[in-house]
Amino acid sequence: MEKILEISSLTAGYGDQVVLSDINLTVYEKDFIGIIGPNGGGKTTLLKAVMGLVKPFSGKVKFFHRESGDDRNIIGYLPQMNNLDRDFPISVTDVVLSGLMSKEGVFSRYSGRQKELALNLLEKLGIYNLRKKPVGELSGGQLQRVYLCRALISSPRLLMLDEPNTFVDTRFETDFYEILRELNEEMAVIIVSHDVGTITWYVKTIACVNRNLHYHRSNVITQEQLEAYNCPIQIITHGDVPHTVLKKHGKNHDN
Amino acid sequence: MIINLAELLQYRFFTNALLAATLTSIACGIIGTYIVSRRIVFISGGITHASFGGIGIGYYYGFSPILGAALFAVLSALGIEMISKRSGVREDSLIGILWSFGMATGIIFIFMSPGYAPDLMGYLFGNIMTVSDGILIVMAILSTIIVLFFIIFYKPILFIAFDQEYAKTHNYPVLLMNSVLITLVALTIVMSIKVAGIILVLSLLTLPQTTANTFSKDFRTIMIWSVIFAFTGSFTGLLISFEMNIPSGASIIFSLILIFLVFKVLYWAITRMRVIKQLKKNKL
Repeated sequence: MEKILEISSLTAGYGDQVVLSDINLTVYEKDFIGIIGPNGGGKTTLLKAVMGLVKPFSGKVKFFHRESGDDRNIIGYLPQMNNLDRDFPISVTDVVLSGLMSKEGVFSRYSGRQKELALNLLEKLGIYNLRKKPVGELSGGQLQRVYLCRALISSPRLLMLDEPNTFVDTRFETDFYEILRELNEEMAVIIVSHDVGTITWYVKTIACVNRNLHYHRSNVITQEQLEAYNCPIQIITHGDVPHTVLKKHGKNHDN
Repeated sequence: MIINLAELLQYRFFTNALLAATLTSIACGIIGTYIVSRRIVFISGGITHASFGGIGIGYYYGFSPILGAALFAVLSALGIEMISKRSGVREDSLIGILWSFGMATGIIFIFMSPGYAPDLMGYLFGNIMTVSDGILIVMAILSTIIVLFFIIFYKPILFIAFDQEYAKTHNYPVLLMNSVLITLVALTIVMSIKVAGIILVLSLLTLPQTTANTFSKDFRTIMIWSVIFAFTGSFTGLLISFEMNIPSGASIIFSLILIFLVFKVLYWAITRMRVIKQLKKNKL
């Protein structure tokens, strides 16, 4: 399988505070990794370090691009939505088009083809009718899809999502995961989530992040294993669908 | 008494004032949209008041106060943009400090300057009737730069202002772009001091935009309408100032506020009517 991303002995943090220590992770094609861990454990910092928003103290992040080699462009990134200014005067279509920034350079204007690309994506995610709306008039779930379109428009090889279910209602959430599962046929997916129960149902493997990273090559994880990984998180049961993390170590879905 | 516009246009000071109003409206309409969208109105207030320090030093050492103001404005703008993120001082605290520092410096130097400081009120409250040819040329150059800059770099300006973090992940020159823009903000403020004065200039950068924002939520549309509203307000204010013999800065601001109120009420009425129409439709 082809490598997409390689993180090697990465140590990162803010100021003089180390949040992540000696992280190693290799992402291959078709991977679907759920990142879990306690609050403040460094999940978001890990994604930010990959995206170049947090400068690592040491270690390396390497990208594998088919054409241009080591280039972050292969990643579609969906950040947390907390710091979004909803009053900013920008339309849905423009937000989606901004996902093409690095491909097109500073001077260019949008071609008709790119606009078509954006509209197709909006259509695919069922929000074509919102294309002209300002972002301020959207609901949390709609906005989430707009952000997903922005992450997807550059045809990434790896999609990274940071807590995409924060503002989303449960009905849409199931939808959202189904979309991700479909996308996973074409690209690798990394998802950070506090909702451990739900993501393990969809992901293929789990990474526990709490200062260190423990990679678990299965989507089934037991409470004992979590403790062994130094990953003190609560496992919440959701009823029958979607499934929860199993208390007992069941069948291994490793591939 | 009815104003005879044709007669007024024969006076040099009036055509100069009209030109200044036009150029200021273009610059303030565009830059103000950026300021309001990025929510950096308070930063702009800080820059404006910090520039008073430069005016004082200009008086004392006998060079153009506007040149001193430009220097103070640009330095404090870049200071706020670059230092606050690294020094650990909170941004709004730093703005407060620069704001009062500039005013204090200004008043000390003006106090020490021999004799009476003529035109001090003009710097504080604006006097569009005294715009010189030299300043007009500077205004024309700056307005042209701003228009061209926003046409060429519209996309990156919009995207970086909307989501800086995301722009950084795309390797955009965010710091460079923000620095250039905040410098343009500072220069626009200084250039508008002649028209509205230090104390009133913020209104030119916020009122037309807020008016346009009542009916549009699109950056480009707000920019264009802001220029139109700014010009309408300045022109009306200019005539009122001339007719009633009151300070031009204040009459311009009042015209802008009037336009804002008219649109606010109009917008409210239209929305209200739509709601009533829909309620009726649902009943039938």
